[in-house]
Amino acid sequence: MRAFDYVRANSVEQAVTTHAKSPTTFFLAGGTTLLDLVKLDIMPADQVIDVNHLSLKQIEVQKDGSVRIGALVSNTELAHHPHIVEHYAVLSQALLSGATTQLRNKATTAGNVMQRVRCNYFRDGYSPCNKREPGSGCAAIDGHNRSVHAVLGTSDQCIASHPSDMCVAMVAIGATVEVQGPKGKRSVDFADFHLLPGATPWKEHALLDDELITHVVLAAPLAGNTSAYLKLRDRASYQFALASSAVIVVMDGNTVREARVALGGVGTKPWRSLDAEQALKGQTLTPQTLEKVAAIALTGAKAYRHNAYKIALGQQAIVRNLGTLNA
Amino acid sequence: MTDAMIGSAPRRIDGQRKVTGSAMYASDHHLKNMAYGYGVFSTVASGKIIGLELDAARKSPGVLEILHHGNFPSLYHNSTLPMSFAQILKAAKSDESRLPFEDDTVHYAGQFVALVVADTFEHARAAAYKIKVSYSKTDAVANLEQGLKAGALQDGSPNHTRGDAAAAFDSAAHSIDTTYSTPVETHNPMEMHATVASWEDGRLIVYEATQGVVAHRNSLAKIFGLIPEKVEVRAPFIGSGFGSKLWIWPHSVAACGAARVLNRPVQLVVPRQQMFTTTGHRPETRQRMRLATDDKGKLVSVRHESINTTSFTDPYKENCGTSTKSLYSCANVLVTHKIIEVNRGTPTSMRAPGAAPGLFALESAMDEMADKVGMDPLAFRKLNVSERDESQNLPWSSNHLQECIDKAAERFGWSKRNPTPGSMKDGTEIIGYGMAACNWDAYRTPAEAQVALRADGTAWAICGVQDIGTGTYTIVAQVVSSITGIPLDKIEVELGNSSFPPAPVSGGSWATASVLPAIAEATRQAVEQLKAFATAPKGVFAGAKAEQVSFEQGQLKSGDKTFAIADVLNAQKQGSAFGEAKTGMNDTSKHSFRSFGVHFVEVRWDSGISRLRVSRVVSAIDVGKVINQKTALNQVEGAIVMGVGMALFEATDFDERNGMPVNNNYAEYVVPVHADQPEIDVILLDYPDFELNEFGARGIGEIGITGLAAAVANAVSHATGKRIRDLPITLDKLMELPPTMKV
Repeated sequence: MRAFDYVRANSVEQAVTTHAKSPTTFFLAGGTTLLDLVKLDIMPADQVIDVNHLSLKQIEVQKDGSVRIGALVSNTELAHHPHIVEHYAVLSQALLSGATTQLRNKATTAGNVMQRVRCNYFRDGYSPCNKREPGSGCAAIDGHNRSVHAVLGTSDQCIASHPSDMCVAMVAIGATVEVQGPKGKRSVDFADFHLLPGATPWKEHALLDDELITHVVLAAPLAGNTSAYLKLRDRASYQFALASSAVIVVMDGNTVREARVALGGVGTKPWRSLDAEQALKGQTLTPQTLEKVAAIALTGAKAYRHNAYKIALGQQAIVRNLGTLNA
Repeated sequence: MTDAMIGSAPRRIDGQRKVTGSAMYASDHHLKNMAYGYGVFSTVASGKIIGLELDAARKSPGVLEILHHGNFPSLYHNSTLPMSFAQILKAAKSDESRLPFEDDTVHYAGQFVALVVADTFEHARAAAYKIKVSYSKTDAVANLEQGLKAGALQDGSPNHTRGDAAAAFDSAAHSIDTTYSTPVETHNPMEMHATVASWEDGRLIVYEATQGVVAHRNSLAKIFGLIPEKVEVRAPFIGSGFGSKLWIWPHSVAACGAARVLNRPVQLVVPRQQMFTTTGHRPETRQRMRLATDDKGKLVSVRHESINTTSFTDPYKENCGTSTKSLYSCANVLVTHKIIEVNRGTPTSMRAPGAAPGLFALESAMDEMADKVGMDPLAFRKLNVSERDESQNLPWSSNHLQECIDKAAERFGWSKRNPTPGSMKDGTEIIGYGMAACNWDAYRTPAEAQVALRADGTAWAICGVQDIGTGTYTIVAQVVSSITGIPLDKIEVELGNSSFPPAPVSGGSWATASVLPAIAEATRQAVEQLKAFATAPKGVFAGAKAEQVSFEQGQLKSGDKTFAIADVLNAQKQGSAFGEAKTGMNDTSKHSFRSFGVHFVEVRWDSGISRLRVSRVVSAIDVGKVINQKTALNQVEGAIVMGVGMALFEATDFDERNGMPVNNNYAEYVVPVHADQPEIDVILLDYPDFELNEFGARGIGEIGITGLAAAVANAVSHATGKRIRDLPITLDKLMELPPTMKV
């Protein structure tokens, strides 16, 4: 492993002011992404700031019904928290569908938000990759792109899919990311936190170099909601989604009063479809409605050589998930 | 012999060491003053190295040496001569005969182009990342398809012809002509390939993750120009191999060479990514099947023509048609193998080489043929099963395939199968039933062993075979115990050292059949020596003749007196009674030796979410006498799970533009996880095959994976009406996509 400076932060202020403001400084939480990519020399660290000792491990239900989750809350703890299980079933299910028990025990809330893509060409260290080496090109667009590449939100510079399950649930729920830098605190809407690749695929999120996520605040749960996460993949466990859906529905008798629809595995970022949600409102959950809504959610999808099936699979993830919601 | 021990189900005698972490694997050895190597691997699949920028790496902390084609020691090639089973204990063999750093040519992605040696693993790796290699690239031949366009097919014999398959096909009542393909698969044992090499007074001592310590010793001796006795290879524990650890690979030569250059021990572990490139793989295959029957469904013509990819350095042959020659009765048969060069590392044996891809094609084709004839696939197979080996015109040593089919069919509930595709439903799922035969060679090689019975009531046995996780330690102890009555926990077994009496590589499912006769004979020889001690002056039966002394229930008996082993030895102040044996091969001139079986598979296809699962497998397998019920079942169950992976998931993908691997990691190379494992029910018929050896035991490690992928494909066809001829059967191949969205 290459030599790097290691700093154990005792406060958020220390963490962000110690930061060398360099793209080769990384905050270390669970390390489930960072350690792999440092060992592979894909994230060549010069400075690692260990934030594991910060007191950001609380899950607080606030007076307005929102839930403030500390950056260091583990995926396991969040998934099994009684309030999350009861009011945000979709989030608990999304978390438990990800990775393995061992990884979820180490992985943190903020770390999950910050995880890097699984694109093989990004991780191999030598293929053209605009994320790893801006301007070098994208080997995936005309390469092997069956499993971990997107059909929504892609650009001619990058097509890597966002790997997180948790984030798909969070973007459906509605959330705010609280960040802190040397100049103070600010909040970023979760939907705006992850960036489309566009012409700058190396810019993956709204954080400045020296800013640290301190919390993710979930919007208050929709009253009377039913929600679920459905993840489709080749094997039954321990694989990133080929396509997944997070759905939240509030019914008014037989008709939908309010709905949230988000997709994973198919987008370059956690993919919420406002159009699909709008199309659900006031409708009964008939098979025809579900198929129409699913088609709307995948509108604009662009198929690449090996992943055209994801356009259909993404729709299936929505239709089945909504169709089997106990709403 | 106490029958209670042979065929029982004792736990692994090495189990405690494994679960407590005290079993030492190759890379667990950290020797005094040891240095650590890390490879630099080619990032092109074809070309020449034209520059190595080493300055930054040389200045990197802890770096001791950087080896490459410009300075690596000149060594000798391993033998490439054909190897006979009779010579297996002297075998020196490499699937990839090119030595590492031999020249500046790059034949495949992930080839060793340099080796950094440093004081720590981390320093070596950090420095390796700093080396910049420039290449003069040439167009890579990235896959079988490109190979056929770029080069010429070469003969990949052994081939087989009898009768006139073409003429019989042309005049047959029913026929099919179909082509199947299987992708590159990678063994991916949990334990990475690793070498710890140290030179001590001109001797080379190596800890290696190998399935064959003796063959590895012989190979290193050839390559380094040493007397074999000057090399010792140790592998007491191996974290699986599946064939990838049968023969020596470049990393081992690199580590031994580096240790010699530096004159200090060197450890080299192959990183996971390069486990996909430089330590072998199952090659890509394309197999054309032409079958024909008469109007009653009897086969009249069988042609199985296969092509497999190999490297530009060595002609590896995947003998897909081996079972096709003899499994079914047919007068007109043609089996051919051809190979084509591509820019990949050299392939090697992977669990049931030849048969695993070959029976996918044959048993898929048999299903398609049954459909064409309009017969139930089970009845079609039963009609055509061969009662003798028609390819050699020999009787089977033992073949109970018909009974396997009947027993497994009943247990599975095949009679409930509605033959109409898609007709069996359960909620949102469509159920499919499929079946396929499984088949594997039964070999026996020479082997040697030593056994001693000790004065403290214990025994030891040593043999240069390996326990690759399959239970060899345990069954060796069972044999000693069955003859001597000494309990398993008082029998010390040591394996996996090339200085022990030589034994074959643990592969081909031949270790059990080959090694146990040697262990048994050595044990009996030890008993004979015990009798000699008993009848010698001062012995417990002094003055008696050896033939008046019998050995029963662990005691020597003469007349009405009995003595325990310890008493006999103590009377002579002897520490032990010793026996050694060398046993040979089976007689292959009078019988054909194979194992037979059948898989029945249930799949569930949920078209609404494109989810395919293998939900149930019932297999009946005849492998001769089962020595240990527990480890034997483990082997078949594990092979079935591996077969599920072959059927549904496994494929090492290469970028067709440049031949680079694109899923060379454990996350994106998909193998079954626990949640994918079906309900598995294995029936072992347990008929001893005494033509092979005194135990009647054939091997069991490989047969379980053969035919499984075909049984899955046949079940998928029954569930969905779709015949998938190209593995793996992934969901995108089964989805109903609009024409514009076809993958």
